[in-house]
Amino acid sequence: MRPTDLTTPTHFHKVVDCQWACPAHTPVPEYIRLIAAGRYTDAYMINWHSNVFPGILGRTCDRPCEPACRRGRVEEEPVAICRLKRVAADNKEEVLSRMPPVPALKNGKRIACVGAGPASLTVARDLALLGYEVHVYDAEARGGGFMWTQIPRFRLPESVIEEEVGYITGRGGVVTHYNHRVQSLKALLDEGFDAVFVGCGAPRGRELDVPGRQEAAANIHIGIEWLAKVSFGHVERVGKRVIVLGGGNTAMDCCRSARRLGGEDVKVIVRSGFEEMKASPWEKEDAMREGIPILNYLVPKRVLHENGRLTGMVFEKVKAEYDAKGRRNLVPTGEPDVTYDCDDVLVAIGQENAFPWIERDIGLEFDRWGLPKLDPVTLQSTLPNVFFGGDAAFGPKNIIWAVAHGHEAAVSIDLHCRGEDVRDRPDPHVRMASQKMGIHEWSYDNDVSIDLRYKVPHVEERLALRDIRVEVELGYDRELAYKEAQRCLNCDVQTVFNAKLCIECDGCVDICPTDCITFTENGEEDDLRTRLKAPAINRSQDLYVADGLKTGRVMVKDEDVCLHCGLCAERCPTGAWDMQKFYLETAKTYANGARACRS
Amino acid sequence: MSYLKPTLHHPKLPTNALGLTRRDYEGSISTLCAGCGHDSISAAIVQAVWELSIPPHRVAKLSGIGCSSKTPDYFLGASHGFNSVHGRMPSVLTGANLANRELIYLGVSGDGDSASIGLGQFAHLMRRGVNMTYIVENNGVYGLTKGQFSATSDKGSKAKKGAVNTDEPIDLVALALELGATYVARSFSGDKDQLVPLIKGALTHQGVAFIDCISPCVAFNNHEGSTKSYDYVREHNEAVNRLDVFFDRTPITASYAPGEVTEVTQHDGSLLRMRKLHEDHDPTDRVAALNYLARHKAMGEIVTGLLYIDPHPEDLHDHLGTVATPLNRLDDAALCPGSAALEKINAALR
Repeated sequence: MRPTDLTTPTHFHKVVDCQWACPAHTPVPEYIRLIAAGRYTDAYMINWHSNVFPGILGRTCDRPCEPACRRGRVEEEPVAICRLKRVAADNKEEVLSRMPPVPALKNGKRIACVGAGPASLTVARDLALLGYEVHVYDAEARGGGFMWTQIPRFRLPESVIEEEVGYITGRGGVVTHYNHRVQSLKALLDEGFDAVFVGCGAPRGRELDVPGRQEAAANIHIGIEWLAKVSFGHVERVGKRVIVLGGGNTAMDCCRSARRLGGEDVKVIVRSGFEEMKASPWEKEDAMREGIPILNYLVPKRVLHENGRLTGMVFEKVKAEYDAKGRRNLVPTGEPDVTYDCDDVLVAIGQENAFPWIERDIGLEFDRWGLPKLDPVTLQSTLPNVFFGGDAAFGPKNIIWAVAHGHEAAVSIDLHCRGEDVRDRPDPHVRMASQKMGIHEWSYDNDVSIDLRYKVPHVEERLALRDIRVEVELGYDRELAYKEAQRCLNCDVQTVFNAKLCIECDGCVDICPTDCITFTENGEEDDLRTRLKAPAINRSQDLYVADGLKTGRVMVKDEDVCLHCGLCAERCPTGAWDMQKFYLETAKTYANGARACRS
Repeated sequence: MSYLKPTLHHPKLPTNALGLTRRDYEGSISTLCAGCGHDSISAAIVQAVWELSIPPHRVAKLSGIGCSSKTPDYFLGASHGFNSVHGRMPSVLTGANLANRELIYLGVSGDGDSASIGLGQFAHLMRRGVNMTYIVENNGVYGLTKGQFSATSDKGSKAKKGAVNTDEPIDLVALALELGATYVARSFSGDKDQLVPLIKGALTHQGVAFIDCISPCVAFNNHEGSTKSYDYVREHNEAVNRLDVFFDRTPITASYAPGEVTEVTQHDGSLLRMRKLHEDHDPTDRVAALNYLARHKAMGEIVTGLLYIDPHPEDLHDHLGTVATPLNRLDDAALCPGSAALEKINAALR
């Protein structure tokens, strides 16, 4: 194998699994250490720069970081990263004075953002901090977009949204045009904006197309629209027997909301298998804990109704079969159809994009799925001054993806407005710093906690089910947060090897608690992976290979289950191993400390 | 500084016949200098005992005084241990072995402990053939007292500050061969592929097994001019053979030319298979081994590998005709048979 290339940050970035998995690449271990140190405000600010909505995301994030967490590979469960983020938001002190000031002197460029969801707001924040004048349009009366309507209040209180949206719209540089639905992109462009960002979401819920749908329409609701009505107080009750169709997180929000609005017999019915459901495992668990069964492999066939009133639904039993290419087909099992009686049906089987307000003759092209043709990196459309992000770009995703898009789109817009190539992306800001404080002493807490994951305390179920506005999760208190934070393995404190200093004494090999390090003859990767002290079977994790040793062997470290305990460096007599903190922040348009995408 | 090794381990860590992982055979974290060869030897002992699936409580580990003699704390945390007086490990171990021959005895010593203050003890233990594994962690220097030459330092080798050693070294391997040890090997802490099988062979050997293991002292004897440094030993290491230890007649998978492999079946049924690396070496011939050693030493080589083995060793218990049952399992009547029995013995000696 070739020696690992350390001239780019890729290898070490991938070692920080959580940060690598996060669409916005939030420096997770760094803020977790700050939480452990009781520096909640500092932890919040790291999040604020990176993911803009720490309080919201600390409750609602899809948390791609957690399945990636290394802790999940050395014991049972990952660190509760998402809920620790909430701890930073809950316990922070005053933060406004820590935010970079919005320049009083404007740069003369005007940007329009369509929609006031997380993607648009991220664009607005990043550009306003650079002196742009950003106009945000939304049909609703307040900013936040789907975060208002599609997440029930028992998961995300209003005050949290108001606060974090306010950090963007309330500090100058951003002009909001609420209660203003953009009807024409052409008209907007004619107003002379230097660039337009489309972050209007994917607003249409997918329809259910089965016999009886129209006849029983009064009791069949599109899930996200129903959630919005619940959020605004237009819907306060639901029937006793409720069927929720669909297997995504929206379906989970629907069924749990229904439980709180009078639904006693609520069930979720999905076409696919339980395992393939799009909903996050913890959301499924939360629903099932509230007494909601999830029935799988049932395809809706017919709606039953009497005198215009819904009475039940008929489902066909199916099973999954895979063809030669591994594609799944749901085929009927031939068993008799199943009928479930019900009073209401909530349809949460997906969302469709809709851009009726974008004229098709202005040079902006769409693909055959009705989504805009975009450069996946720059998010630039076929109209050079129009950019997309969030659910409007590639279909429904989640908040953290919307934020990530927002940052990238802001960088593109800034490059575009300065007449530069939008594909010439600025590098991330990377720092590597030794954590050595003395002989065998490190500036991070290298003791590895063996505690198992701590559960987030919940409000009593009796209280939770009584009022839909009661937040179910109470969040970790400071003591629990400290203990959970100590479970973090500090994967950003990297084991950095210097072959020139190594005397090949095997001290590191002998001490490593997880058998990561091997000194051996070089070979092809497939061969090398079998010859290590413990076989390196997790191919998603890279090998760290270094040559230049006196014996001609190579040092091979399997990064997979390294605990970052620093024992290799403690037992190294020559300092060939060093523990260095790797800090990576993606480029933002504005300068944050020493970092900016341009000088 | 870390005093505890995390208990989390590799999820695919294999288990031995007892269902234990290698981690179950570790001791507390080493307090020796970072990079000390002794830590590698401790790791090799852990590996060997784990591979042999020996229950840790069946091992008694004894040592004297010195860096090397601290190491029993760093391996086999669940075994019996005795940290004895300087140079007196052999006599304490001999006594323990006489009292209970069912334990597996492992003596760990250093060049100071065995070649200086304990040389007499070393010699008599070898002569008597106590059934044990005797490992000398040989770094050629008094590390604990900051780097004076030891009795195994080669003549002409240099101390860290430049002083040249004028005394002749004691070669413990040659002594052990001379004094009747029935399993004699030399190895290097930096070569576990060689060392682990040698320790396994020694632990299964039913007589006195001696391993001289060169173990660089990173703090005081790893410089240019030292003959016990990592670099010097790697450069001058001449392995006579490579050893594999089997407990069944595993077929030879690789093909060797005739005469390349020497097989020795030990009393406990274990099969030692040595791949010859040097044509003219026969590991079952004591006199030839001594000659071979002397010849290659004159050429400036450090000969390693299993230099001599007697497949049918006798041990101290055989010589003394002692009872097979450990003394702690004999009842009072057997241990103290009374004056009539004493009279009988005395009468037999008149």
